[in-house]
Amino acid sequence: MSDNSHTDAHNEPDYLRASTGIKSWLFSVDHKRIGVMYLIATTLFMMLGGLMALGIRLELFTASGDLIDADTYNRLFTLHGSVMVFLVIIPAAPAVIGNFVLPLMLGAKDVAFPRLNLASFHIYMIGAIFLIASMILGSFDTGWTFYTPYSSTTNGPVAWALTGVFILGFSSILTGLNFIVTIHKMRAPGMTWFRMPLLLWSLYATSAVQLLATPVLAITVLLLFLERLVGIGIFDPSLGGDPILFQHFFWFYSHPAVYIMILPAFGIISELVSVHSQRKIFGYKGIALSSISIAIVGSLVWGHHMFTSGQSIYANLVFSFLTFFVAIPTAIKVFSWVATLYRGNIQITPPMMYVFTFMALFMIGGLTGVTLGALSLDVHLHDTYFVVAHFHYVMMGGGILAYIAGLHHWWPKIFGRMYPQKLARITSITVFLSFNLTFFPMFIVGSRGMPRRYYEYVESFTWLNQLATVGAFFLGTSLFVTLGYLIWGAIRGPAADNNPWGALSLEWHTSSPPIEHNFHGQPTVDAGPYDYPEESSGTDSSSQWVPA
Amino acid sequence: MSEDSVERPAWVEPFFHSADQQRSAASLGMWLFLGQEILFFSGLFMAYIAYRWMYPDTWLAGADLLNKQLGALNTVVLLTSSLTMALAVRATELGEISKVIRHLWATIGLGVVFLVIKSVEYSHKIHEGMLPGFHFSSDGLENNGGLFFGIYFALTGLHALHVIIGLGLMGWLIARCKKGLVNEERYVLAENIGLYWHLVDLVWIFLFPMLYLVR
Repeated sequence: MSDNSHTDAHNEPDYLRASTGIKSWLFSVDHKRIGVMYLIATTLFMMLGGLMALGIRLELFTASGDLIDADTYNRLFTLHGSVMVFLVIIPAAPAVIGNFVLPLMLGAKDVAFPRLNLASFHIYMIGAIFLIASMILGSFDTGWTFYTPYSSTTNGPVAWALTGVFILGFSSILTGLNFIVTIHKMRAPGMTWFRMPLLLWSLYATSAVQLLATPVLAITVLLLFLERLVGIGIFDPSLGGDPILFQHFFWFYSHPAVYIMILPAFGIISELVSVHSQRKIFGYKGIALSSISIAIVGSLVWGHHMFTSGQSIYANLVFSFLTFFVAIPTAIKVFSWVATLYRGNIQITPPMMYVFTFMALFMIGGLTGVTLGALSLDVHLHDTYFVVAHFHYVMMGGGILAYIAGLHHWWPKIFGRMYPQKLARITSITVFLSFNLTFFPMFIVGSRGMPRRYYEYVESFTWLNQLATVGAFFLGTSLFVTLGYLIWGAIRGPAADNNPWGALSLEWHTSSPPIEHNFHGQPTVDAGPYDYPEESSGTDSSSQWVPA
Repeated sequence: MSEDSVERPAWVEPFFHSADQQRSAASLGMWLFLGQEILFFSGLFMAYIAYRWMYPDTWLAGADLLNKQLGALNTVVLLTSSLTMALAVRATELGEISKVIRHLWATIGLGVVFLVIKSVEYSHKIHEGMLPGFHFSSDGLENNGGLFFGIYFALTGLHALHVIIGLGLMGWLIARCKKGLVNEERYVLAENIGLYWHLVDLVWIFLFPMLYLVR
């Protein structure tokens, strides 16, 4: 399966060894190095956000507020949310896996604008510094949603956080722009749109949302900034402004941002489910086009965050209907994945374990989303722990775990070394169990009325909260072990084959790790990315790679 | 690759096959960038629409307080600058670089005139106390006049910022022209800066009637 003949002929150093020194990394325009730098940065921020989550769970171990005071608690959940959303989940899958894999999958030497790509990373780091500064400089406690009028009147260092989010937005816009142009203009000869691996379709949809929704967040935080600075009055009721307008503006970005987080996850799962069951993907066009339709319809559902904010009942009806509607293209994907597995040659590899984890958790997260989209139920469940449980099942159980699945899949390609398989399989099971132990009790306490963002609660919720706290520490430990064996694998692990999973797309047909310019010569393509042998047809699987 | 055998100019980046691929990538990138610019402005346009609907009388009275003559003059200035910019882009494609530089200087000059007129308008408004939000102290506009001028200053200020960035881009383009980095083969940068300038113009074409004229 690994036709290495064309790579062994040359003796070029791989991208990790092509040049040395810290500057050769920090100022590298190589998309692979930029991807690895994003990997390191997002991992550090994920640890920071995770520690804050553990602090929150520790406080909620008992019903009374005894460990930290209310203000500290407010700061903790604000920073946990801001760090995880803006610094981890939004950039993780597109900027780490997308950056590394996208040009390789297309058969290109780099993205269309490598210097802009490096600029995106530098802008991201500057934005991160501003956001973290708001944590050190005082009490930033508005929640990651920055709702007015509290955010425009409180004395905390909100302006620092707003500046950080504004800057981070530009990083996201430029990455999206770069990927769209790259997919349009840099495809290898023969790489038609419907021969592209499905990850690229989902990254295309993600990039479109990044490009078109993020500027609205930029103008929103800019207006909030001006509101604080000179009091322009747009969100201030005492000057005739309307705080609800802020919620419209904010969710016009931040709901589509949910799809920035989950669409790349869908793409990763589409790749993995086919490769690790050695079976042609079921419903290629359905999966590809459902990504586009999720991006379009998902941009029109922001009002479902505001069912109880005093929005008109007719607007509520439309937003509720559109929210239900998004379930259709999403279900097309899930059923296609299950149909791909049917009679497939399923390999119980670590990436596949995480694919199963994703499917179970995402189904729960997705279906409770439909529950929350129902107008009458939402009035009861709004701002309760039911919502917290729902979006953690989607964001973490869906987004982050699919990203971790992708890391396990492409790790041997990124570093040329393999992590311990058995340990990885065991950890994936403990992640699955502890995740449910952490977040499932939140559905129960939430449906019984426990509100979010309070540091105390009534006595009767104690044992369920204690389950969640115990689960959170198991989850943290499991993820820490995962990080440990992945780092060990990258440095000390056994050398990996060029194509350890028997995949057919282009990135597996260059060396592991790839050379600086990705391929020797120009790859050409004359087949789809999932042409595994049909059952009982006796044909061989045919790779996308056409030997020169 | 067949393109590899075709003659390949030295300025084509190593990760592109051909000059055409590089040019079309840069062009598409600029169009996408302009798309996100429109969405960036859209937030303020939506705020304008929402509050115009809530306070129609304030908006009508506010428009009357703005100086229509200066606004109209600025519209003419900016439209003319779009013409000189279009001439500069055309001259680039023909390779007439000294003409390009002349047209760019004319565009910069008109852009500066626009900013001067705008600052005259601003200083009048500030002088009369027509400031945003709670700084508003004019008697001329009742019922949330500060909100109208908040949106006025935010929209026109953001537009002026784009004009200033455009002037910087044109200065950079002139420097590249003088270094011989712009010619009939390498025209995309000029084209892209031209597109940006036309967008800045287009935003003003909407701002002027919305703020000054609509009854």
